[in-house]
Amino acid sequence: MSGGVDSAVAAARAADAGHDVTGVHLALSRNPRSYRTGARGCCTLEDANDARRAADVIAIPFYVWDLSDRFHEDVVEDFVAEYAAGRTPNPCLRCNEKIKFAAVLDKAVALGFDAVATGHYARLVADSHGEVQLHRSVDAAKDQSYVLGVLTQDQLRHAMFPLGDSLKQDVRAEAERRGLRVAAKPDSHDICFIPDGDTAGWLRERLGSSSGTVVDHATGAVLGTHQGSYGFTVGQRRGLGIEAPAGDGRPRYVLDIEPVTRTVTVGPREELGVDRLEGIRPRWCGAAPSGPVSGGTVQLRAHGGEHRARVTVDGERVLVDLLDPAQGVAAGQAAVVYDGTRVVGSCTIARATRG
Amino acid sequence: MTDTSSVHSDGHSDEGRVDVYLDHAASTPMRAEAVTAMTGRLALFGNASALHASGRAARRVVEESREAIARALGCRPGEVVFTSGGTESDNLAVKGLYWARRDADPRRTRVLSTTIEHHAVLDALHWLGAHEGADVELLPVDRLGRVDLAALRAGVERDPDSVALVSVMWANNEVGTVQPVGEVVAIAHEHGIPVHTDAVQAVGQVPVDFAAVGVDALTFTAHKLGGPKGVGALVVRRELDVTPQLHGGGQERDIRSGTLDTPAIAGFAAAVEVAVAQQPQRAVELADLRDRLVASVQARVPDASLNGDPVHRLPGNAHLSFAGCEGDSLLMLLDARGIACSTGSACSAGVPQPSHVLLAMGYDDEHARGSLRLTLGHTSTGRDVDALLDAIAPVVERARDAGGVTRKAG
Repeated sequence: MSGGVDSAVAAARAADAGHDVTGVHLALSRNPRSYRTGARGCCTLEDANDARRAADVIAIPFYVWDLSDRFHEDVVEDFVAEYAAGRTPNPCLRCNEKIKFAAVLDKAVALGFDAVATGHYARLVADSHGEVQLHRSVDAAKDQSYVLGVLTQDQLRHAMFPLGDSLKQDVRAEAERRGLRVAAKPDSHDICFIPDGDTAGWLRERLGSSSGTVVDHATGAVLGTHQGSYGFTVGQRRGLGIEAPAGDGRPRYVLDIEPVTRTVTVGPREELGVDRLEGIRPRWCGAAPSGPVSGGTVQLRAHGGEHRARVTVDGERVLVDLLDPAQGVAAGQAAVVYDGTRVVGSCTIARATRG
Repeated sequence: MTDTSSVHSDGHSDEGRVDVYLDHAASTPMRAEAVTAMTGRLALFGNASALHASGRAARRVVEESREAIARALGCRPGEVVFTSGGTESDNLAVKGLYWARRDADPRRTRVLSTTIEHHAVLDALHWLGAHEGADVELLPVDRLGRVDLAALRAGVERDPDSVALVSVMWANNEVGTVQPVGEVVAIAHEHGIPVHTDAVQAVGQVPVDFAAVGVDALTFTAHKLGGPKGVGALVVRRELDVTPQLHGGGQERDIRSGTLDTPAIAGFAAAVEVAVAQQPQRAVELADLRDRLVASVQARVPDASLNGDPVHRLPGNAHLSFAGCEGDSLLMLLDARGIACSTGSACSAGVPQPSHVLLAMGYDDEHARGSLRLTLGHTSTGRDVDALLDAIAPVVERARDAGGVTRKAG
């Protein structure tokens, strides 16, 4: 229970359904003030209190579990290392894969619990073979199946998403009806461990400054310098630090980041388009597919649209040919593969190219 | 982003829960005598400082309560300063004595205390160090949690004129070790240095006689011995100067201001009278019960180890470490079975931290994290111990399974 409205209502619904529910708030930092102070005028201490109050209202026991060591190792350090390598990771997927449905789930099972229920907007459906399928939420605007695309069948079997059949507005109304004071609390959007949303500044503190150049993709001309290539992400337009405007006066975007030489390549928007992705570290919600994946569409970022695609699996490699080209795809992002509303699985993008 | 709750299907319902309270050191149920004394005065609205009949009626209750407490504690009524509880009394004693002693002689900036004090003393001392130029020296304790008297003597004799005060708790709130307060007083008084003691856990559990032990200031509080929350006292020797921290009407000897809570003080006094009167017999019963608890837990969980001093110990305290377990897992599993206890560790945002007391006693982080404080009090019976014994082995086994899960990487 994060202290937000979704996990509070999810817990209440699980309890109403007759389950013996215990509320757990995850302490992800040893010093509870450090990660979030200032973000939306809130901090972890307040979130923990909000979660505790919600548990009181629902009348379930409530505990804080200290996952700070695991979170730091598996999510924060990975996030920093990925950026240092010129990639753009999504820490929420990582947290679901390694923390909520791994560390928390393992501990919960050891303590005698059967499942971890969260406030994610996604649906679980049992198929005719007894497999658990992960589907998109009925609320398309809030759907969070993308960040759950890393979960395996074993993890899904021990998961519950009580909000998957609901619209966010109905969840808020229900929270109000239940007397949960978090009913009107704003949604969280930031990376939870970067308090002010300044990812580049946060990374600079950890990785230090290491200058490099910003070059034009066509001419190779040096257009400017920067203090760290991790301050950039493919598709970025603002804050490129280029003194001179482009010859044609059109905006320029980050096309490529080379972490070793710290060279950031920029160019016009049309150069951002890619139609071929190479994925590694596949995670499948059911049995691992081999060869072409049926009905393939892919989603490339948490709030991105769907792209029609031909997806082919070759062991630990996943090849994605996009029928609808995508723009600004960075290595490190996750490609989540769908068949209709069903999540097939995901992979981490290693390379994005134009065919 | 930490939106997780776990679903339990162990099948224990609220109707099946046993209510076993083994956390008397945190707070203990109000005694019937205290409830009667307090509720009987709730309508007594007069301000105890007012001069009219209504004020006099309240004043009379306050002063009779003060006298009753003084009789029970072996001090003079005028030495009892009512406060809001243990934390305020500790802050008043530590800061008030420091300020008064330093103002009388600017060389007196050293404060000698121990590494195992309650945070109400430790944090007040840290604050004095950070903001008031205090030179705080925390004396070490041994493996049993007893203060090192040689270190105290050496600390005092190094430069007695620079010591503002000594503060050593009577009994530790986590591991229950009773300190040699009389010997602390003897060493400090050789050089005229005042001694404060936090006796919050001691009063009602062990004999506490203010005059006999010779301390200069003593903290205790109502809710640990069967009185209401929100009221306590600092007993301060009459001739001792204490600089106030709350300024105002000067109701309590000009040391402490604020309108007195007459009904709560009446409940406090009633609880103290009963607790102290019953202490000799009750301590024997509790120690027997506690010894059975410890021995029986160790019979079921052979590697459970007792922390603290087996002899110089509060009769109601059992503090055990279970190797390979997280204390918070043990607490949760026992709570689910209707058994209330404590990990005895400080929390910030509910995050368990390894106990500073166990670390000071020389235990490592793992040992400290795997500890559980089980404390008995005036309502405890053999049934409470039996219920714990029924639960402890499976609970420890389960907590052990979960123990390594969140610690290991990958």
